[in-house]
Formats: sequence, C-alpha cells, structure tokens
Amino acid sequence: MEVADRNNREGLKGWLNPGRYGWERVSYWLQRLTGVGLLAYFVGHVYETSSLTQGIDAWNAMLELTQTPLGHLILLLVIGMSTFHSANGIRLIFAEGGKGLGKPGRPDYPYDAVSLNYRQKSGIWIALILAAVAMLYGASVLFGGE
Amino acid sequence: MTETIEKIEHLDKKRAKEHKEKEILRSSVTLKVLRANRAAGEPARYDTYEVPVQRSTTVLDALLWAKQSKDHSIGIRYSCRMASCGSCGMKINGIPRLACYTKVSELEGSTITCEPLANFPHLRDLVTDFSQFFAHHKDMKPYVQNKAADLDPSQITKLSEFLQTPEDVDKFLQFSYCIKCGLCYSACPTVAMDTRFPGPQALGQAYRYFADTRDGASKDRLDMVDEKHGIFRCHFAGSCSTVCPKGVDPALGIQLLRGHLLGFSKSEKKAAELKDRSKA
Amino acid sequence: MLKESQIMKIHYMTGIAALFVVAVHILMRLVMPYNLSLEYDNVILNYHNLPYAVLLESILVLIAIHGFNGLRIILLEMRQSRGWEGFVTVVTIAAMMGVIAYGTRTIIVANGLSLG
Ligand code: HEM
Ligand code: HEM
Ligand code: SF4
Ligand code: FES
Repeated sequence: MEVADRNNREGLKGWLNPGRYGWERVSYWLQRLTGVGLLAYFVGHVYETSSLTQGIDAWNAMLELTQTPLGHLILLLVIGMSTFHSANGIRLIFAEGGKGLGKPGRPDYPYDAVSLNYRQKSGIWIALILAAVAMLYGASVLFGGE
Repeated sequence: MTETIEKIEHLDKKRAKEHKEKEILRSSVTLKVLRANRAAGEPARYDTYEVPVQRSTTVLDALLWAKQSKDHSIGIRYSCRMASCGSCGMKINGIPRLACYTKVSELEGSTITCEPLANFPHLRDLVTDFSQFFAHHKDMKPYVQNKAADLDPSQITKLSEFLQTPEDVDKFLQFSYCIKCGLCYSACPTVAMDTRFPGPQALGQAYRYFADTRDGASKDRLDMVDEKHGIFRCHFAGSCSTVCPKGVDPALGIQLLRGHLLGFSKSEKKAAELKDRSKA
Repeated sequence: MLKESQIMKIHYMTGIAALFVVAVHILMRLVMPYNLSLEYDNVILNYHNLPYAVLLESILVLIAIHGFNGLRIILLEMRQSRGWEGFVTVVTIAAMMGVIAYGTRTIIVANGLSLG
C-alpha cells in the first residue's frame, strides 16, 4: 500500500482516558499493560535466577537486592498482573473466537450491542476481583511477618 | 451464575436508563468548535458560539444555527439530518457521534465541544477526508460474488433470483445496516495506530458477505483478512460497537469471522438456491 | 512463513499452557515458608528435581514465545513500513531465542551444581 497519511491519527494519545468507552476498552488497556509488564518481569527474572550459576554468594547478593520492601511491592504487582492477565486472557481467547458473544439479529432501538453483553463484562470484573484477592493473599505472605 | 449476571444486568440497565431519561433542559448552550483550514496550514483554534436550544435540538441543529446567524464560515458536512447518510460524524465532547443523532439535552455541562473525527485526515473545521476509510471498505470486495449466478448485467441471459429464508437473512442483516459514518473507525484503538488495519467497518463488512448464503467467496474472504495487519490486530476493545449509531455491532462480526479462521466455528452455510424466473 | 492465524493459535495455546505451569511454579513458593523457598540449597534442590527442571524449561519456552509474540503485535501496530516490519520480526525472534538460551544455560548448570 502507498504511504498512508497519519494526519490526525489519534496515536498513543488514545491511551489516555480508557474509561470513556466502557469496560471492554479498560480490559484492552489492562491486558496490554499487564502483558508488557509481565514480559519485563520475566526477562529480569531469568537474569535474576542466572546468578545461581555463580554460586551461593552471588545468589545471596541478588536476594539482598530483590527481597526488599520495594522488591516485594514489585512482586505483589506481578502477582496481580499475572492473575488479571491470565483470567482475562482466557475470556479473550473464547471471545475472540466468537464464543459467548450472542448471535446477530434484528437491531432495535436503543441498539445495545450484543457483543458487549454482561457475560463479557462480568468476566472482566471477575478477573479484576481475582487479581485483588491474589494480591491480598500475596501481601499476607510477603509482608505477613515471620 | 447466569442468574447473578442477569441481576447485575438488570440493575445496571435500570441505572443507565434513569441516567438517560434525565434530560438536561436549558435555554441556551455554548458550542465550542474546532476551527482550522489545514490546506492553508492553519493551526487549530476553538471558536465559541452561544446558541439558543429547545428540548429536541440536536447538535447539528445547533451548529447550523451558529452557521446561519453567527459565522457562515463554519465548515461542516451533513445531508440527511436523520442518521441515514453517515456524513455528520464528529467528536462531540470527546466521543465520536453523529451530530444529527445527538440531542443537546443528553449532554452534560453547559459547553458542547465539537471536533473533527480522530483517525481521519483533517481537512477543515469539522470536515475530514474519508478516502482511506473507503479504500479499506473497498478492499473487502463488499458485494456478492457468485460464479453460478449471472450477475454481470451485460451477460444476462436468464432472469434468476436467489432464494433465502428469513433465518438466512438474519445472519447478516444487522451488518448490512452500516451507513459508513466512520464513528467506529474513529473510536478504534488499533486504527489509532495502524494505518494498514482495515478497521471495524471494513471487517464487519467482510463478515456481512461471509455470512450471506448468496456469496460463494467465503474462503477468499477468510484469506483476505488473515494477514499481519488484518483481523488479528483486533483486540476486542469493543469501542466500535459502543459508538455505532446503527446497532451494527462490528465487534461481533469481527469475532465471529475470526472464530472461523481459528477453527472455533464451522461454516454450516448452505449456498442459496438459484431459481430461474425467465418466462419461456 | 506462518500465517497470522497460525501464529495467533500458537499465542493462545502457549497462553493457556503457561497458565498451568506458572501456577505450579508460584505454588512452589508456598509449599514451605516463603523465605526458605528462596534459600540457595532449596533452590538448587529444585533444579536437581528433574520433572521440576523440565517444568521450568517449559515455562521458559512457553512464556518467551507468548510474550515476545505479544511484543511483536504491539510493535507491528506502531509503525507501518516494510523495513520496520522486517526489523520487528528479526528483533522479537532474536530476543526470544536469546532469553530461552540464557535461561536454559541456568537450568543446565544449576542442575549439575552441588549444594552450597
Ligand atoms: C498465564 C496465562 C496467560 C494467558 C491465558 C494469556 C493470554 C493472552 C491473550 C489471549 C492475549 C491476547 C490479547 C489480545 O488479543 O489482545 C495475550 C497477550 C499478551 N500476553 Fe499473555 N497470557 C498469559 C500469560 C502471559 C505472560 C506470563 C506474559 C509475560 C511474558 C504475557 C505477555 C503477553 C503480551 C506481551 C501480550 C500482548 C499484549 C497485547 O496484544 O495487547 N502473557 N495474552
Ligand atoms: C511470586 C513470584 C515468583 C517467585 C518468588 C519466583 C521465584 C523463582 C525461583 C526461586 C526460581 C528458581 C527455581 C525454583 O526454585 O523454582 C525461579 C525460576 C523461574 N521462574 Fe520464577 N518466580 C516467580 C514468578 C514467576 C513468573 C510469574 C514467571 C513467568 C512469567 C516465572 C518464570 C520463571 C522461569 C522461566 C524460571 C526458570 C529460570 C531459569 O532457570 O532460567 N516466575 N523463579
Ligand atoms: S459499523 Fe456503525 S459506526 Fe461503523 S461505519 Fe458502519 S454504521 Fe458507522
Ligand atoms: S446528517 Fe446524515 S447521518 Fe447525520
């Protein structure tokens, strides 16, 4: 295709204010952010565990770096992110395969789109609730004292 | 589970209905309109107009009032004034809507901001260029393709017609209600970034013809959207279906079409019967 | 070349498979007190446990494929030109293989390490 005109494309500005189009847009926003966040953690994590190969001292030095309040806060975020991303991801796999969306019909005013139904919205809410529960449990393990 | 979801649905709809029924009655509003002639290299500025309104005044009515009595130079595109032609799409208070289909009384605040649709090259004031959008639509071959039928008017030897049941029609009818207003294209977060992505309107039409029993090109239609910037760049953010003024629900069509590409759904489409009606 | 629908099938399947193996991996932090689970000897013992080492390797491969394909998707949407698309494909595949190789090295070496 010819070089397309980018004039007036919303670009990354469209990422501001995800709430204006409803829950499904919020889900898109979170799925992408958590995906990128988890990827960053994963790469860092593989680097972190590689210190094992240099023996116990290197490993303990790494633990000192990561097992700090800030490190635990990051871990907590990772727990929340992976719970939301996985649960919502399962919903998306079905939805993007056309399952659970309802059937086409004869639209009638006020035109509620069947694909934006409450089964889908509940899926997003459940993923959010599961993430919150997982983070609470994680916090009790990480910050719960000895 | 289903019961709980239904309960939540009921409560949420009731709340939304009460919210919608709360008409905001005022005697006048301030229109804040984005102005710029891009061909002359002008930067954008906002002009404001105080416009008298009544209960049923639409944003288009208000804009036309301002154009008639305050400033003839406001650039605006419209035709039918009844949500049929699809030419008056614009961003109203930040959301893509049809100006003729949005009543002033459903908008909150004392100022109504009108801006050109995002994701369409801006020409002047509220007018944007639809050629890329139409090109994506055209790429989907939005017409019935059928080798068995004599569709070429210069070659017609028989008078034949397709037979379809009402159930067959229901499978694609809602997608054929699309008026090509571009609101969905303007709301889509992928279109906001990816210029080669066909967008919700075009992909919705791909499904419209895929599901039509008169069309014999299902396989081609699947292949057409199965590419790097094709249907898989949809992430089901649903914004297209949120803003569509005609109940097309393009997100539904896209996911149903993708279900066929992923093998989640099998096509049980039976080709429509072709009946010869020529008199001997 | 794989078709986009084939790539996305892989993306979905690696996602579902990762769900199970990552769950086991995180639960391993909870079979004993969290801090103990991170002690050098315990971690090395984990690597000596062959089924678990295989599980770690499968997490590594599955998540690398899924995650870097996700990155490829995001980058593809950012800019459209033949050059950029080629660059994105090469960089994400290279990064994926790099991370898998680096992590596999850890698993093999740690599997052969003696306890501290
Ligand atoms: C454990 C179960 C997981 C499941 C079921 C899952 C599922 C999904 C699905 C369905 C998508 C596509 C969403 C879309 O089309 O918009 C996705 C995207 C993505 N995932 Fe996962 N995922 C999982 C774990 C992970 C992990 C651990 C990572 C981190 C390395 C990750 C990184 C990504 C990235 C970077 C994307 C791209 C984001 C986007 O397309 O918006 N995922 N995931
Ligand atoms: C609660 C958070 C987590 C903690 C405390 C943690 C801790 C560990 C530890 C101690 C190891 C060494 C082997 C073992 O003892 O199991 C390890 C290895 C590994 N973890 Fe995690 N992990 C966490 C979450 C994750 C997540 C979410 C992923 C996937 C995205 C992941 C992927 C891996 C991989 C691939 C390895 C093998 C790395 C290698 O040997 O190269 N971990 N992790
Ligand atoms: S699908 Fe709806 S919003 Fe999109 S162009 Fe057609 S009528 Fe307009
Ligand atoms: S003027 Fe025709 S759709 Fe609004």
